[in-house]
Amino acid sequence: MEWEAVIGLEIHAQLATKTKIFSGASTAFGAQANTQACAIDLALPGTLPVFNKQALEMAVMFGTAIDAEIGKTSVFDRKNYFYPDSPKGYQTSQLFYPIVGQGELDINLQDGSTKRIGVTRAHLEEDAGKSLHEKFADMSGIDLNRAGTPLLEIVSDPDMRSAEEAVAYAKKIHSIVTSIGICDGNMAEGSFRVDCNVSVRYKGESEFGNRTETKNINSFRFIEKAIKGEIIRQIEILEDGGSITQETRLYDAEKDETRSMRSKEEANDYRYFPCPDLLPIVIEDEYIEKIRNNLPELPDARKQRFIEQYQLSNNDAATLSSNKDLAAYYENVAQDCNDNKLAANWMLGEFSKVLNQHDLSIEQSPVDAQGFALLLKRIKDDTISASGAKKVFEAMWNNEGNADQIIEAKGLKQVSDTGAIEAIVSEVIAKSDKQVQQYIAAEPEKRGKMLGFFMGQIMKASGGKANPGQVQSVLKPMLDAMCD
Amino acid sequence: MFSKTIAQLSQGLQNGDFSSREITQEYLNRIASVDGQFNSYISITADQAMAQAETADQMIASGKAAPMTGVPIAHKDIFCTKGVRTSAGSKMLDNFISPYNATIIEKFNAIGSVSLGKTNMDEFAMGSSNENSYYGPAINPWGENRVPGGSSGGSAVAVAAQLAAGATGTDTGGSIRQPCALTNLSGIKPTYGRVSRFGMIAFASSLDQAGPMTKTAEDAAMMLNVMAGFDPKDSTSAEKPTSDYTASLNQPLKGLKIGLPKEFFSEDLNPQIAAKIQAALKEYQALGAELKEISLPNTALSIPAYYIIAPAEASSNLSRFDGVKFGHRCENPQNIEDMYKRSRGEGFGHEVKRRILVGTYALSEGFYDAYYKKAQQIRRLIQQDYINALEEVDVIMGPTTPQPAFKIGEKTSDPIDMYMEDIYTLSLNLAGLPGMSIPCGQADDLPIGLQIIGNYFAEERLLNVAHMFQQATDWHKTTAPGL
Repeated sequence: MEWEAVIGLEIHAQLATKTKIFSGASTAFGAQANTQACAIDLALPGTLPVFNKQALEMAVMFGTAIDAEIGKTSVFDRKNYFYPDSPKGYQTSQLFYPIVGQGELDINLQDGSTKRIGVTRAHLEEDAGKSLHEKFADMSGIDLNRAGTPLLEIVSDPDMRSAEEAVAYAKKIHSIVTSIGICDGNMAEGSFRVDCNVSVRYKGESEFGNRTETKNINSFRFIEKAIKGEIIRQIEILEDGGSITQETRLYDAEKDETRSMRSKEEANDYRYFPCPDLLPIVIEDEYIEKIRNNLPELPDARKQRFIEQYQLSNNDAATLSSNKDLAAYYENVAQDCNDNKLAANWMLGEFSKVLNQHDLSIEQSPVDAQGFALLLKRIKDDTISASGAKKVFEAMWNNEGNADQIIEAKGLKQVSDTGAIEAIVSEVIAKSDKQVQQYIAAEPEKRGKMLGFFMGQIMKASGGKANPGQVQSVLKPMLDAMCD
Repeated sequence: MFSKTIAQLSQGLQNGDFSSREITQEYLNRIASVDGQFNSYISITADQAMAQAETADQMIASGKAAPMTGVPIAHKDIFCTKGVRTSAGSKMLDNFISPYNATIIEKFNAIGSVSLGKTNMDEFAMGSSNENSYYGPAINPWGENRVPGGSSGGSAVAVAAQLAAGATGTDTGGSIRQPCALTNLSGIKPTYGRVSRFGMIAFASSLDQAGPMTKTAEDAAMMLNVMAGFDPKDSTSAEKPTSDYTASLNQPLKGLKIGLPKEFFSEDLNPQIAAKIQAALKEYQALGAELKEISLPNTALSIPAYYIIAPAEASSNLSRFDGVKFGHRCENPQNIEDMYKRSRGEGFGHEVKRRILVGTYALSEGFYDAYYKKAQQIRRLIQQDYINALEEVDVIMGPTTPQPAFKIGEKTSDPIDMYMEDIYTLSLNLAGLPGMSIPCGQADDLPIGLQIIGNYFAEERLLNVAHMFQQATDWHKTTAPGL
């Protein structure tokens, strides 16, 4: 019998509001501890929450983006539990009547196919503060700056069957929330956190197995690793005749494993009930339609546009359109250098590779779109070769100047002078007697493959500066002439 | 001077008969000399009071005075007051100095009222006798060893014992009206949402409402003029304009339709109280009102429904008192759980713990539908009873309490008996309606309260109905023996 994984995700997206969901304190990240926590965030006796309408607007934006039902009347509930970073002793959330109901979206898989995934619901809630365990001997510190930051908790249907699908889903949600500007998507700062519900069963079974929930994963890579590891762990237990305990687990990135945090028996009874301090949120159809009509371009629409406008392949368009900033960068570069394909190849190849190596997002790139486009223009007009361009790019990355300055300073300008190229080619042929004899001896149809050696030698001899196209147009006729 | 109403003090201040500093000092002197026997104040803020009085005198001198400017009043110790201990009658907050002002404190400050101090109360407003205060019971000036009612017992005693010209209170199930009835005062619990709850330490958020406790209906109207109004800081406050509550005090009552719920006049009612209520109704008839028997069929369910909803909300509201951020923290906590358990165990009194337990149980998984949800359904039935009745009549009248002030210790061992004290008052909180209590006589030399219930936001009408009775009778003028 073959195993099948069943995966559902709960994603906490911090909404990019200026102020907190129930108070006027700032939501900016990284301030000194407790400097962005007002009387309401500290839960001082007598304080009351006032709902931030910007958070409502953002939640409705998300709902319309995934074509979900919008709760005309949604209600805040209190989720009661004691924890030091939860200052009121309850979290204000939405259990019974969420703002966003059932919706759906398509995820893009690596083989180019798409799969439809259901979104059960999305609800508004407040973030907790942070417990600080360093620096305080025998005590813990509490930083309530984050307490009250608005979150949209997006709950998927259990529709995913592999870690790849789960990551594709998380990326799609990430792409949507950043494209419509309701979340900065910064996973390292905790703006986008993922809880993974995983169970396994025999393929073809309709019942779900017992599931575990692995909480607060903050990178796509860790989502993949955590889910893969959890699937293997569960299958091993079941194949050994054991059973899966329904529990909450934590992913330890250093050890690349999940471990138990608390079991169902230890779980809190949250005693949800409607928050009497907040009125139900009642919204009109006109409000929803206005938001729907003003929604920024969604990733799927952008992908379609990229295919049509820039003649990109489905996969290239999917990748370049997935992130709002990446897409904008691409569009600037493509339009500026006037070569959509070249721009796509470079951005998906060398540029992405270097960004990943430095763990930077596109907006943190030291090379701006205009500068990058200039580099591509110099490839296009044959000023530099592809290999030369990589060197130029590396220097641009290190802020050594613009493409032209670097080409000049490093002498990377391509040699396109026919006479000069012929001289180099002749010199290499003269030095490669053995290879020339092999070339002559070979069947004519096999000779093409043997050109590589000569190309390499010629590029080396020219210090990488010879225009490869021109070298080719000179080299083959010269060698072929020797065969006659 | 101490027998003067707020209206009289206001007039005297405007006329220059005396200054706010003079009367504030006199009140402070009286508090210092006699409050030891009444225990109506938890904190006396003499320095601040004198500074406020000075500001008030300047406002009066420069013609910027409002009617309440310079009048010395007291605030229930449930309203957060900047720089002053705000205890809610609990050991839990004995060390809590509020860094901010409740909205109503801001409002009184803005018009230059003088606050003499913070009054005693049942812990977190849970109680009907003021015996649940960490600071000891406030004593009713009307009878030896008699409770003043609760939870706003300290405010009632402060006004009844002439230690403040008026006081603020809060009413979650009768905590303004019942103590007013037991101490011969006039008090109004406004419509839910009429007065801001911001800065008022929550007991049961969907039921809590602040209001004035005074010698007369006119004084209550003057205080309510300051307190009422929409507050953007309280999402449950009503975005509805307020009236000048003194404007129609003297409107004749001819044609007023008074509903008498038969459920409020059952055989359980103390016969002396029943007789006094009947006498008051006769007085109203003489003023031109018509009486009509009505029915509020779900009245008997109000106590069980209330004692699910109020503790459920309280159990959540009081979770913030955990020893982490403010309030009592136990000595040498071993770990976080130990800190929670001992801080809360030491900081809360018996009745508060009882209600936290009841409320936690009622909200637990598997019990929610049977208790909390059912209680909310009953709440809607009770509300509908009132809405139906108020289509037929203008106001509803009945007793405020089933009996006059009882003895200290008489009911402390039987919580259900204590809860019955609010049988006539708490259904209004469930319905969110406004209600008043005004003096209407005595039983065995102890005051009796007449309750007047009106429609949503009909405070102006209620105060008018109460004021006209006080123009025709003298019950409200009687003061406790020995004053």
